[in-house]
Amino acid sequence: MPLPPLQPNRHKGKLIIVEGIDGSGKSTQLSLLAQYLRAQGKPVAFSAWNSSPLVKETTRRGKKKEMFTPTTFSLIHATDFADRMERYILPMLKAGAIVCADRYAFTAFARDVVRGVSRQWVRNLYRFAVKPNLAFYFRVPLEVAIGRILGGRDAIKYYEAGMDVGLSRNIVESFRLFQGRILEEYDAMAEEMGFHIIDATGSIEKQQQQMRAIVDRELSSSPPAPSPRRRSAPSAEGQAQ
Amino acid sequence: MNLTPLQFYGDALPDVDLSELQGKLIVIEGPDAVGRTTQVERLRAWLEASGHAVLDTGMARSALAGKGIQQAKDGNTFGPITMTLFYATDFADRLENEIIPALRAGFVVLTDRYIFSIIARAIARGEDRRWIENVASFAIVPHVVYYLRAGVPDLVSRVVVGRGQFDYWESGMDLGLAKDMYDSFVKYQEKLIRALDSMSDRYGFITIDASRPPEEIFADLQRSIAQLFGGMNLPAPPPVRAARRKQA
Repeated sequence: MPLPPLQPNRHKGKLIIVEGIDGSGKSTQLSLLAQYLRAQGKPVAFSAWNSSPLVKETTRRGKKKEMFTPTTFSLIHATDFADRMERYILPMLKAGAIVCADRYAFTAFARDVVRGVSRQWVRNLYRFAVKPNLAFYFRVPLEVAIGRILGGRDAIKYYEAGMDVGLSRNIVESFRLFQGRILEEYDAMAEEMGFHIIDATGSIEKQQQQMRAIVDRELSSSPPAPSPRRRSAPSAEGQAQ
Repeated sequence: MNLTPLQFYGDALPDVDLSELQGKLIVIEGPDAVGRTTQVERLRAWLEASGHAVLDTGMARSALAGKGIQQAKDGNTFGPITMTLFYATDFADRLENEIIPALRAGFVVLTDRYIFSIIARAIARGEDRRWIENVASFAIVPHVVYYLRAGVPDLVSRVVVGRGQFDYWESGMDLGLAKDMYDSFVKYQEKLIRALDSMSDRYGFITIDASRPPEEIFADLQRSIAQLFGGMNLPAPPPVRAARRKQA
């Protein structure tokens, strides 16, 4: 069975997203890009993974008490994503903003599958998501990412290390195995999803230059999106009747 | 009726083995104010009196998501997809952490609503049926699904007499179907009933006429359960006519 696609963006605004494993530097790059666009006076909106005011408290509690199964972990993140899509990303796209999203549905496609959730099921789960105009994948070798994480922050967290998957009892080893598998999933979908792959071992400046060049091209060359149309596919805007 | 070993509607849940489940899963479905909760309470007492351990569960009661759903409802800030997925999260948490463990321990699980209400609410809000059916396909196929069916006028009178007021969400006020709660309730419940009706054959609902007094509905449920689960030594109630006479 073919995997279900995302919804094309039929709105005035543009959707730019970044993906990559923890420690790939994607958040740094996205915030630099947002600065760049804002400096040009462009309307920029920003949405981070797992940040819905409606849902994040539930996610936080579930993580703290280690209550999640692969399925509930997947569903609560989809709920968070849906709330941001319905109440923020979609209205902003309609209003013509450049929406910058730090992580997107692809995070779930990679991570939830590694947790054992059915690939077909999680792809369907996010079918209401708008397809990004640009998706950047910050590709970094596992060891580099691990070096950045271990050097830069406090302890690795339970779910970040995939401790619930039971790959290893040692949290660093579990993190290594879990993120390694996520890396494989990202690589496997890169072509299908049209990711722009950025070598995230390069300098921050060089990565940002590459990113800006691609964004400039997209913003200047692409024709204006056709006006929104009614359609029957499931979407975050399909409910008004 | 499904007395073969339990199975999933779609892809299996990771790390869940259904082969060792010995309990019975009984679902009571139906629109708002149809009287599901009353029937679950009576069934529980009856089953326990007959020596069966019972777990009863219902929507938004999960340890994980119950509180979050309540807060979101209080704020009236639920988008339709968000609501659907929050309830699906709640259901998954109860399925994996309450329902399946209880079935493993040989309980009779009585559930007040199941995935069908989640699907019906999504359909009533214009979401794609295939999308939500696939999302909900991690559910296990119950042994039996009773669909308590009544017309909207019956539901209205139960709201007025029983609860004394219309509820924002039971009236589907988020859909903007009408300005006041009564008109909205009528339109929304009609949509829900249509959606539930449309699932009846596909999911093998046993439809119970719930426009009748609760005693008669209860007697129907008892008879059906006693018949389906013949090995459970359940005392069946007297036939309908006798029951009516007793009441009179």
